[in-house]
Amino acid sequence: MATVVSPVKTRPSIIVLLQEVQERYGYLPREEVARCARAAGISVAQAYGVASFYNFFKLSKPGKYPIRVCTGTACHVQGGQGLLERLRSELGIEPGETTPDGLFSLETVACLGACSMSPAMVVGDDVYGRVTPREIPRILARYRRRG
Amino acid sequence: MAQVLQIRPTAQQHRPRKVVAQPHFLVGAGTCGLAAGAEKVIQVLEAELAIRGTPAVIKRVGCMGMCKWEVMVDVWLPGRPRLSFGPVNEKNAKRLLHEYLDNGVVPGDMLLGVTPGYEEPPSLEEMEGRSITEEEWLTAPIQPGPNELPVVGRLPLLKDHPMMRHQLRIVLQNCGLIDPESLEEYLERGGYAGLQRALFELSPEQVIEEVTISGLRGRGGAGFPTGKKWALARQAKGSPKYVICNADEGDPGAFMDRSVLEGDPFRILEGMTISAYAIGASFGFIYVRAEYPLAVERLRKAIESAREHGLLGENILGTSFSFDIELKIGAGAFVCGEETALIASVEGKRGMPRPRPPYPAERGVFGCPTNINNVETYANIPDIVKRGGKWFASIGTEKSKGTKVFALSGKVRWSGLIEVPMGTSIRDIVFKIGGGIEGDRKFKAVQMGGPSGGCLPEALLDTPVDYDSLVAAGAIMGSGGMVVMDDTTCMVDVARFFLNFTREESCGQCTPCREGIARLYNLLEEITHRPGWNGGRLGAAKTAEERAALLEEIERLGRTIRDTSLCGLGQTAPSPVLSTLRYFRDEYMTHAVEARCPAGRCSDLLTYSIDEALCQGCAQCARSCPSGAIGGEKGKKYHINPDVCIRCALCLRVCNFGAVKAV
Ligand SMILES: Cc1cc2nc3c(=O)[nH]c(=O)nc-3n(C[C@H](O)[C@H](O)[C@H](O)COP(=O)(O)O)c2cc1C
Ligand code: SF4
Ligand code: SF4
Ligand code: FES
Repeated sequence: MATVVSPVKTRPSIIVLLQEVQERYGYLPREEVARCARAAGISVAQAYGVASFYNFFKLSKPGKYPIRVCTGTACHVQGGQGLLERLRSELGIEPGETTPDGLFSLETVACLGACSMSPAMVVGDDVYGRVTPREIPRILARYRRRG
Repeated sequence: MAQVLQIRPTAQQHRPRKVVAQPHFLVGAGTCGLAAGAEKVIQVLEAELAIRGTPAVIKRVGCMGMCKWEVMVDVWLPGRPRLSFGPVNEKNAKRLLHEYLDNGVVPGDMLLGVTPGYEEPPSLEEMEGRSITEEEWLTAPIQPGPNELPVVGRLPLLKDHPMMRHQLRIVLQNCGLIDPESLEEYLERGGYAGLQRALFELSPEQVIEEVTISGLRGRGGAGFPTGKKWALARQAKGSPKYVICNADEGDPGAFMDRSVLEGDPFRILEGMTISAYAIGASFGFIYVRAEYPLAVERLRKAIESAREHGLLGENILGTSFSFDIELKIGAGAFVCGEETALIASVEGKRGMPRPRPPYPAERGVFGCPTNINNVETYANIPDIVKRGGKWFASIGTEKSKGTKVFALSGKVRWSGLIEVPMGTSIRDIVFKIGGGIEGDRKFKAVQMGGPSGGCLPEALLDTPVDYDSLVAAGAIMGSGGMVVMDDTTCMVDVARFFLNFTREESCGQCTPCREGIARLYNLLEEITHRPGWNGGRLGAAKTAEERAALLEEIERLGRTIRDTSLCGLGQTAPSPVLSTLRYFRDEYMTHAVEARCPAGRCSDLLTYSIDEALCQGCAQCARSCPSGAIGGEKGKKYHINPDVCIRCALCLRVCNFGAVKAV
C-alpha cells in the first residue's frame, strides 16, 4: 500500500494564519490581517471576508476578562437571555464590544457544553453554571476588585 | 520501528487493572465538572493529602455524563473496588478523605456506586497471593445516607443507579473512566484490538462487509448507512483518497461529540484508521471547532502518542499500511458542519456548501475521493470490527442498529450525557434515565435535532429512538441534542429561537434560505408581539383574522424554504417551526389572535406590575427602566405605569426581591 501522502500544499491557508494571529493577540489587529493576506496571496478584503464568516475571529481587542454568555438551546429554555440583558445593562456594552476601562468584553456563544448547568456563562477562565441575573453584579464585582 | 504497546486480546477487553498500589483519586474535569468546581475540589484533595503525607495519585478524567452529581470523584484504594462519589464539593471532600481514606468507612450520602467495569474482584495474582472472595471485595462498612440508592450492607453498583440502569454504553464506554491522555489505559480497555483484527485478519473488503452487516448508520444527522458510504469511497477512482472526521458539532444545545473527543480520543483515531484501511486512504483530517480547546489539546496529544507507538504513520503495526492524521481547526460557523462546506473549509476557503452530486465519496477534499463521517460514527467502528458486525446488529431495532448518545438537558431532573440502545422510547429516556421533569412540573415537549429538528409533544412520548420513527413523528434523530421542555416553555419562542440561529448562520448563497428564513423569523416576531408593535415596521396593525392568517403564511413559506434551498441548513431550518405548528397550533393561535403568551415567555405579550408586599423600595427597577414607566419614592413602594411601559422585562430581571410580576 502507498506511503503517507500529505495533502497538496501551495500557500498557507488564510484560516490557519488568522488563527495564529488570534492566538497571539486575542484578536485580529488590522496590520496583522493585511500581513496574513499577503502571505496567503489574497486581497485584504478577501481576508476580512474569511474573518467575518467565522464566528471565532474577533476583530476588536477583548477585555481582560472576556465574558461569554451561552445562547444555546438549553440555556435559552432556562432563561439565559436574562443573563445577557443584565450584563448589557450592568456593563453598558453590546455583544462584540469592550468596556472603556478594558476590563470586560461581552460575547455570545452557542453552547458551552455545560447544558446541565444551564444557564451558563464564562468570565475569563471561570465557568459559572445555574446563574441568575441577580448574581451578575456580585460576579462582576469580584473581577473589578481583582482589577 | 517504534515500540508497540501490548494490544490486549479480545477476550480480555473488559478486564481492566483491578488493583492499585496507591490511593487514586479520579476527578471528573469535563466542562460540566469544571463548572461545578472540579479545580477547587482538586486543590482541597491535594492540600489534605499533603497534610497526611500519603502518597496518592490525583488524575483528571473525562465526563461520566452524570452532570447532576458533578463534581464526581472516583476513589480507588489499594485492595478495594473503585468507587464513584458525588456531588463532591470543597466541604465534603475533606469528610470523604476522613471517613473513607482514614477510617475505611464509606460515606453513604456521597456514594454513587462501584465504578462500572471495576465490579469483579481481582485475580489472586493481582492481589499478590492474598485470597479474596467476591463478597469481601464488595463489602465495606457504609455510613448510611440517602443518595438515590438504598444501601444495604453491600456496595451498590453504579451501573444499577437509576440514571445508569437503562443505558448501554458502547461509544461512551471509556468516558470518565480512563485517563484520556494515556494510550496504555485505552489498550487496557481493549483499545486497538479492532485495528489489529482489521489489519491482520481481514481484507479491506471484509472490513466494509463487517460494517455493512452491523447496520451502522451515520450519527451526524442524516443516518446514511456507513458500510455503503465506505464501499462507494473504496470503489471511487482516483488517488490519493482521504478520510475526514466531522467534529464540528454545530447544534447549539449538544456536546456529545466533544465529550467523546475529550474523554476517549484514541477511539476516534482507531475508528478513522480502520476506515482509511477499508477505503484505501493514506491521509485523514479531523475537523474540530476552535471553541473546543480541550478536545483539540487531547487530540493533538493522542495523535503524537499514536505516532510514537507505530499506530499512525508509516507501516502501522509493522504492516505495509500507512496512514496519518492532521487536525484542522474550524472557526465556528454552523454551516461548516455540512460536508461540502466542511471540505471547502479544510481546503482553506470560506465554508460554503456546493450542490451534490458529486458526493464527497467521488469528489471530496482537493477533488479526491473522501470518506466523511461523524465522531460518534467512527467511535462505534473499533467495537464493530473487534466484536463483529453481527454483535452490533443484535442491538437496536430492525432499521436502526446499535446505540445512540444524547445530551439530555432542559427541564429534566437529571441532565447529562446518556447512551441508549436504539428503540428505547423517549418516555423512558425522559422519565427513567432523566428522572422526570424538574420540580414535578408538567412535561410539554422534547426537542430533538436542534436547529434542523423538531419538537415532540406528550402524545408521542412512546416514539422509539429510531431514525424512521422519529422522522415519521416530525422530528429527527439529529446528532443527539435532546432538550426537555415543561409548561413554562413557550413553543413559539423556541421556534423563533432556532430561526434566529439559522438566520444568522445561513451562508447567504441562495435566496430561499437567506431571505426566506429572515422573513419567517419576522413573521414569528410579529405574532410574539402586540399588534402594531415596533411602530408598524412590519406593516400596519393587523386584525385578529389577519394575524391568524399569518400562521398559514408561516407554513407556506416554511415549506418553500424546505423544498428550494441548496443545502441541508436551509432545507431543515423550517423544521422547528413546522413541527411546533403541527403539534402546538393552539399556542400559536393564542399568540396571534389573543396576543397572549400562556407560558409567560414572550415579554411583549405580558403585563408588568409590582407586588407591593414584596417591594423593598430599592429603586433598582426605576433606575433600569428605559422608558421611565416606574415611579415611586426611595424606601417606599414602587409602581409601574402600564401606559408608559414598553414591556422590555428589564425590571423583572433587576429586582432582587422577586417583586416584579409579569402575566
Ligand atoms: C447545516 C448542517 C450542519 C451539519 N452539522 C454537522 C455536524 O456538526 N456534525 C456532523 O457530524 N454532521 C453534520 N452535518 C451532516 C454532515 O453533512 C454529514 O452528513 C455527516 O458528517 C456525515 O457523517 P455520518 O454519515 O457519519 O453521519 C450537518 C449537515 C448540515 C446540513
Ligand atoms: S441553504 Fe442556506 S446555508 Fe445552505 S447554501 Fe443555501 S444559503 Fe447557504
Ligand atoms: S427593584 Fe424590586 S424591590 Fe426594588 S423598587 Fe423595584 S420592585 Fe421594589
Ligand atoms: S446550551 Fe448553554 S451550555 Fe449548552
